[in-house]
Amino acid sequence: MQGFDFDVIERSLGYLFRDGMTFTITLTLIAMTGGIVFGTLLAMMRLSSFKPLSWLAAAYVDLMRSIPLVLVIFWFFFLVPYIGAWVIGSNQPISVGAFYSAAITFTMFEAAYYCEIMRAGIQSIARGQVWSGYALGLNYWQTMGHIVLPQAFRNMVPILLTQTIILFQDTSLVYVISATDFLGAASKVANRDYRLVEMYSFVAVIYFIISYTLSLVVKRLQTRIAVIR
Amino acid sequence: MHYSWYWKVLLETEPGGTGSYLHYLVVGLGWTLATALAAWVIALAIGAFVGTVRTTSMQWAVRIGNFYVEIFRNIPLIVQMFLWFFVVPELLPTALGDWIKQMPPPWGSYIPAVLCLGIFTSVRVAEQVRAGINSLPRGQRMAGTALGLTQAQTYRYVILPQAFRIVLPPLTSESMNIIKNSSVALTIGLLELTGRARAMQEFSFRVFEAFTAATVIYLLTNLVVVILMRALEQRVRVPGLIAGGAPQAGH
Repeated sequence: MQGFDFDVIERSLGYLFRDGMTFTITLTLIAMTGGIVFGTLLAMMRLSSFKPLSWLAAAYVDLMRSIPLVLVIFWFFFLVPYIGAWVIGSNQPISVGAFYSAAITFTMFEAAYYCEIMRAGIQSIARGQVWSGYALGLNYWQTMGHIVLPQAFRNMVPILLTQTIILFQDTSLVYVISATDFLGAASKVANRDYRLVEMYSFVAVIYFIISYTLSLVVKRLQTRIAVIR
Repeated sequence: MHYSWYWKVLLETEPGGTGSYLHYLVVGLGWTLATALAAWVIALAIGAFVGTVRTTSMQWAVRIGNFYVEIFRNIPLIVQMFLWFFVVPELLPTALGDWIKQMPPPWGSYIPAVLCLGIFTSVRVAEQVRAGINSLPRGQRMAGTALGLTQAQTYRYVILPQAFRIVLPPLTSESMNIIKNSSVALTIGLLELTGRARAMQEFSFRVFEAFTAATVIYLLTNLVVVILMRALEQRVRVPGLIAGGAPQAGH
């Protein structure tokens, strides 16, 4: 391995993790939370008996699932400043910054995928559960909130988490809007010191360790949930 | 806040002088499809093989298969692109590495992109094939053994002909994924559809016209893929066998 300089990794560890990985993990957590909440609402809309609401949700989900994430990132990167200006009544597109732009993009994009998971989860609950809720005098929101969603969510936890691991990996695509996530930070060091081989290999190893560990955790959780049911 | 649309930009000549912007984008679609199709061939070949091997009774082969799947499933696609584009040529013998690095565009980015996307997708195909084989009733395998077939013969004549027909529906969504995922190749300089929409936005400053056009082209492409795959599914469907529609995480 002569000609390689692995010291560059040690020298930049602080920058890589304090700046880069913090960005990546914060973005993942925000998009996961926002995506699951918005995705669950979308799933409820899709299953609504009021057709226009159901069509609207279906159109949104299908659109998001039909175009590449990279294109969605570009869309929102340019669109959010305009929407922001419209909201506050400004004449100029407002500046949003890569982090907020990415947070909105991933929340909106992942919601479409979480929606499909939650829809399957809600549909897996026996109809009798809903009827018994209504028979007890609960309204729609109470039935959903106290009876259907807790069970649906529990059944779907492993798939929701697997989707989150994919989300964690996908956040690296913010590279295309030059954000400083883990990959972005590594790429900046790599190009500054001309150490691309060392930095990109290191990035791959770190992503592998984190994703693989998380996938083992999900696998264990899956068997535990399966045993209890 | 008001955005004034200017759709005629699509008919204006792009700075490279090869034709209109619309033509420029359609050529981009050509590269998207060329990347996706070539990668799809690799993904199907390796995926079918690895997926099958992981269901056999050869423990060492199962372990190698599992290792392969875990490696390529747990590294983000863009990082894998960078590995193929920046790292692999440096690790090869100098002469070969230099030859790869000096390939004229777009081949210098097309070939790494196809290899990367093919292997990335092969892992997902392998998972589908394995699930398809495991979804067959155990009696099929036992019947093969009872007839005196070897394991290889059981696979060749009993298991695989059924399994490949079962995995076709999930492979429809994978073939759409591979088209979408080919957009990541723009990060190593391949001017496919998304890359060209981005370039058009930079040349013409018509942000939303460029991205709307690309979005519409992707939607139409998806529609065609869905129709083609539906027709194929109808032809090869195993009567009486319904493939499981369990929800799956993915992109």
